[in-house]
Amino acid sequence: MDDGLTPKLPWRVVRVVDSTPETETARTIGLAVPGWGGHVAGQHVDLKLTAEDGYSAQRSYSLSRPVDGERIELTVQQIADGEVSPYLTGVRPGEGIELRGPIGGWFVWRPAEEARILLVAGGSGIVPLMAMLRQRIVRGGAEFRLVYSVRSSADVYYAQELGHLERDCDWLQVAVVYTRAATPQAARPPGRIGVSDLTVPGWTPDDDPRVYVCGPTGFVESVTTKLIGQGHRPSRIRTERFGPSG
Amino acid sequence: MMAEPTHVDGNAAAGAFADVLGCDVTTATLTCAGCGRVGVFAETHVYHRAPGIVVRCPDCDNVVARLVRTPTDVWLDLRGAQYWRIPFPAR
Repeated sequence: MDDGLTPKLPWRVVRVVDSTPETETARTIGLAVPGWGGHVAGQHVDLKLTAEDGYSAQRSYSLSRPVDGERIELTVQQIADGEVSPYLTGVRPGEGIELRGPIGGWFVWRPAEEARILLVAGGSGIVPLMAMLRQRIVRGGAEFRLVYSVRSSADVYYAQELGHLERDCDWLQVAVVYTRAATPQAARPPGRIGVSDLTVPGWTPDDDPRVYVCGPTGFVESVTTKLIGQGHRPSRIRTERFGPSG
Repeated sequence: MMAEPTHVDGNAAAGAFADVLGCDVTTATLTCAGCGRVGVFAETHVYHRAPGIVVRCPDCDNVVARLVRTPTDVWLDLRGAQYWRIPFPAR
């Protein structure tokens, strides 16, 4: 018998089912996880790659969909000099990956919670927020507004689905903020997310929405500072930051 | 131009802590031993591109927790927090 504790969140090998392009540099990867016990929208998993010499690297990836049996999905942005993401964006169906999760009970949305939700995404920070929207389609009664900051229209994840949702769902507003290159029909010139992007009628501090902000650390800090400056209560804001390494 | 910050937040360390402690730590409330700030683990600043994980107070930068994994053991240093309050509903 081994001495010591049993890991409480063990690694397990899961199979890649499919991989589809989301943008030129991001792919959505479907995984089959036998015995998956379910998760909450907003949660993430850790993935681990191990080289033949034993060196291993781990990264956290948000789940992009609510529970769907034993299938889970992630969307991975390829970081050119990253250790993990270039491998993940090249995986083929049938390959195995080490995974543990689901993880995190803070940056989550449950259908029974909250009447007004403001989601603010920077780049691939859209992934856990998309899981919340997809959960809302199935269950819940909350009103959502999504503010999604991306460099250009080529960088928008789930573009077609977001377009359909915005058209078909009376509980959803979507505002895409282009930071480098706006589309010809966009009224707003390209630029970083500003106070006017965040505070619109129905979503002011007086309306007291629950706010979820996800993106690179600098983005999250900047948006959170603006929201608090506008009068949003810090206790109403939940954040998830990710780093530059992929 | 400002350099991009190197930290992430407590969400990114949740897997490693859950593996050892057996519970979700992101919703745990920590009181910083440095400045007395009371806040959830999810909002701490985490530096994890290193041999271990360093968790710092977002207000005063005090190290509130460290976790290091060796091939045989896990080292936990929790001196930087006066206490942890972990949601644990009676069942």
